[in-house]
Amino acid sequence: MAEVPIRIGLEIHCQLTNLRTKLFCGCPADYRGSPPNTHICPICMGLPGSLPSPNKKAIEDGVAVAIALNSEISKRMTFFRKNYFYPDLPKNFQISQYDGGGGVPLARGGYLHIEGGKRIRIRRIQIEEDPAKLAYEGTIDDSTATLVDNNRAGVALLEIVTEPDMEDPKEARAFLEKLRGILECLGVSNGELEGAMRCDANISLGGGTRVEIKNISSFKEVERALTFEITRQRQLLARDIEVRRETRHWDDVRRITVSLRAKEEEEDYRYFPEPDIVPIEISEDFIEGIRKRLPELPDQRRERYIRQFGLQEHNAELISSDNALSKLFEECVRMGGDPIEVSNWLVGDLISFTRELGMELTDPRVSPSKIVELVKLIRSGSISTKIAKEVLMESLRSDESPEDIVKRRGLLKISDEALLRDVVEEVFTENEKAVREALHDEDVVNFLIGQVMRKTKGKADPNLTYEIVKGSLERIKGGAPDS
Amino acid sequence: MLPRSAIETREELAGGASVEEYVLSLLERIRREDPKINSFITICDGPAIEAAKALDRKRREGGKLGPLFGLAVAVKDNICTKGVRTTCGSRMLEGFVPPYDATVIRRLKGADAIVIGKTNMDEFAMGSSTENSYFGPTRNPLDPERVAGGSSGGSAAAVASAFAPLALGSDTGGSVRCPASFCSIVGLKPTYGTVSRYGLISYANSLEQIGPMASNIGDCELLFDVIRGYDPRDNTSLPQKRVEIGEGGLRIGVPKEFFMEGVQEAVEKCVRDFLDKMGSLVEVEEISLPSLAYALPTYYIIAMSEASSNLARYDGIRYGLRGEDGSDWNETYCNNRGMGFGQEVKRRIILGTYALSAGYRNRYYIRAQKIRTLIREDFERAFKEFDLIAGPTMPVLPFRIGEKLDPVEVYMCDIETVPANLAGIPAISVPCGMSQGLPVGLQLMAPPFGEELLFRAGRIVEELA
Ligand SMILES: [Zn+2]
Repeated sequence: MAEVPIRIGLEIHCQLTNLRTKLFCGCPADYRGSPPNTHICPICMGLPGSLPSPNKKAIEDGVAVAIALNSEISKRMTFFRKNYFYPDLPKNFQISQYDGGGGVPLARGGYLHIEGGKRIRIRRIQIEEDPAKLAYEGTIDDSTATLVDNNRAGVALLEIVTEPDMEDPKEARAFLEKLRGILECLGVSNGELEGAMRCDANISLGGGTRVEIKNISSFKEVERALTFEITRQRQLLARDIEVRRETRHWDDVRRITVSLRAKEEEEDYRYFPEPDIVPIEISEDFIEGIRKRLPELPDQRRERYIRQFGLQEHNAELISSDNALSKLFEECVRMGGDPIEVSNWLVGDLISFTRELGMELTDPRVSPSKIVELVKLIRSGSISTKIAKEVLMESLRSDESPEDIVKRRGLLKISDEALLRDVVEEVFTENEKAVREALHDEDVVNFLIGQVMRKTKGKADPNLTYEIVKGSLERIKGGAPDS
Repeated sequence: MLPRSAIETREELAGGASVEEYVLSLLERIRREDPKINSFITICDGPAIEAAKALDRKRREGGKLGPLFGLAVAVKDNICTKGVRTTCGSRMLEGFVPPYDATVIRRLKGADAIVIGKTNMDEFAMGSSTENSYFGPTRNPLDPERVAGGSSGGSAAAVASAFAPLALGSDTGGSVRCPASFCSIVGLKPTYGTVSRYGLISYANSLEQIGPMASNIGDCELLFDVIRGYDPRDNTSLPQKRVEIGEGGLRIGVPKEFFMEGVQEAVEKCVRDFLDKMGSLVEVEEISLPSLAYALPTYYIIAMSEASSNLARYDGIRYGLRGEDGSDWNETYCNNRGMGFGQEVKRRIILGTYALSAGYRNRYYIRAQKIRTLIREDFERAFKEFDLIAGPTMPVLPFRIGEKLDPVEVYMCDIETVPANLAGIPAISVPCGMSQGLPVGLQLMAPPFGEELLFRAGRIVEELA
């Protein structure tokens, strides 16, 4: 079957985890690790008579995100009530925003570039309160009761909705990674925290029916869920079965999507303006004030890396979109490391080694001084690139400095010409047949060099070795009579 | 016995009379008389006596005495009082004890007032007669066969019975002014945003205000000055302003729409005669505010819509009545809500839910909001020419308990009072005479923050009546 175009849109909910208090009350926003129902008050519990007071810092954070996503910030935004009964809603309505019915969300429009320069458009950004968390004894099926932990109720959430601009699950994941980098860079949300970033996706194939997928808990799961859904819809289309407009639920245990409800069964949320919160005016000055305080954003960082340090596009993109990596890179450069060489090490071996070791880039063992030392050791010709990789791995694991490892293990490159000549002579004597072939065959030359490397455990200076081997061969070729 | 004014009583108490004896005498009077009236749901004997003792001690020790020193205040039972159950006149909240005080209660306590009891009301403030209370109707102290008005009927009856010189009510569509009129006392619905709603259990947030009730203008003003003021806990609270009162004579506009069908002849005659009498002192002129014809349906659509959402939280899980658990949460909620709410509350939740539903929202809720804007603009125009607007508070005389059975007939009672709530402007009801032996209230309305104007005009009414 011919490939049909895929359109994927995302709806991301991210908690503003760096706020001190919840969105409408003074309860601590950081609920993680606290005993259930200890961060609650009359407001977030929706007790009769209590009223919400909007957290100004939450609006500032929202505006910062809107600026970073190139969105148009509303001059006058409104909160709306989304009405539905559910045990995780203490008031049985959620204070949210609504783009319609006279409602004005925090921001509309905007875009974000993902790797490769593709532009993903943003539809809107809004602020709302997080519902409580439901818990079950055992599994949801055999639990006799639903337990409600209200610590999360009322925590500030930012809802970011994209246009359906992503064309495969990888792009969706790239968008999420990029967004997370921006939110972390702005210091508004730590996406690493469990449940801090949640995602719903919608997907359609060949301009057909749109299907929503809910309950996706991590970025890896987004890619999996979308891949599954594409396969499912393709199979339906191949058999000429119509794809239903519906909402599906991602079951991350069975790794399939399950139908939740058809479009016709969608709830009517009876949106109307929240009468307890007056519309919020956002002035140009307020926006400018926040814009001035914004840190350098990943895209600006990338441009600067290219302009200032001459980094390749690929390296600049990879480093700039990761805050920890950017920090490491800049530290290395500040300590005198060559930017291009440093960037190659970071993007190449450092990322894969730390991943292999299960280390975070923020781990103190991943120190910039190690990278800089390593780059200098290579530059000065003290060690070969091959040895350097070994040293880096060991240095990460043991936290010994690269220099110490090189010294302790005697890994310094052999650049002593007399010493290398002796080794080459030894190799020539042991491989007479190969030497004869090498006179005509460049591949065999490499074999001889390899033998030298083996004898010196990789420490021989490769350039010098090559020169000596070549020189010796020339001498044999040019005159020494056959004995 | 003619009750002394709150101002006089405060002077006596501040001057050395025992607050404890005063409170004990009121409690004794309540115990003796209230079973016939039913103005209180909860009497705060213990806390009131303790507070009285503390105030006596404070005075002995030479502390600074607050503006309401020692005065008893009856508080409507939809205003949260820490440690004292707050029922909203509903079975749903029969056992609900708030863990916090409403802002107005903190202000009362800060002014050295004493909460003497929590007063009866229509369930969740939905009604105009206090007959919709789970705790039985409140009777009119002037004629116990008749209603006291509502929904703050308990507060009005408590003041009229001299159980307390001052009371707090709440006014969503006339709930302070209606019982004030029926019980022949003074009741003010302040400018929206003037008195904090923090701790007032919401019926229709965009319309309601807590309002002071007293037997005379001076006392009403005294209480108002204590409870008014900006509160950061209420996002709709406004920085306080005062409207300048000009030197010239007052100009009062009387919209002819206030005398449309549904207004009893006896009421119309009493009010018109009184306005004629007033005409000798101030300028009175008939005007027209055409949008008022739509005020009543507009009010009910907005109030019910907001109520349907506000009352969703009463599911019996975190607080409130909890019945049999169902097989799932939905059934449990239905059981609790089915049992906890009375007929009128259920009716308004259903109608409000309907008005906000997809496909109907434009026809009802959105349209009502548009008419609300027109009404506000009509008032703004009128206030360019007139200092005040006047008319009857109630279209009817206090009716007999059980007399009005048709809900629409009861809704019609709010026809004169809802415009002020829709426009957010202050309005006061002042007794202006009797008809067929029953009290008639004159309603005065002023531009936003024009409460002083209302008090000034109210004093003229008091002198003439
Ligand atoms: Zn809270």
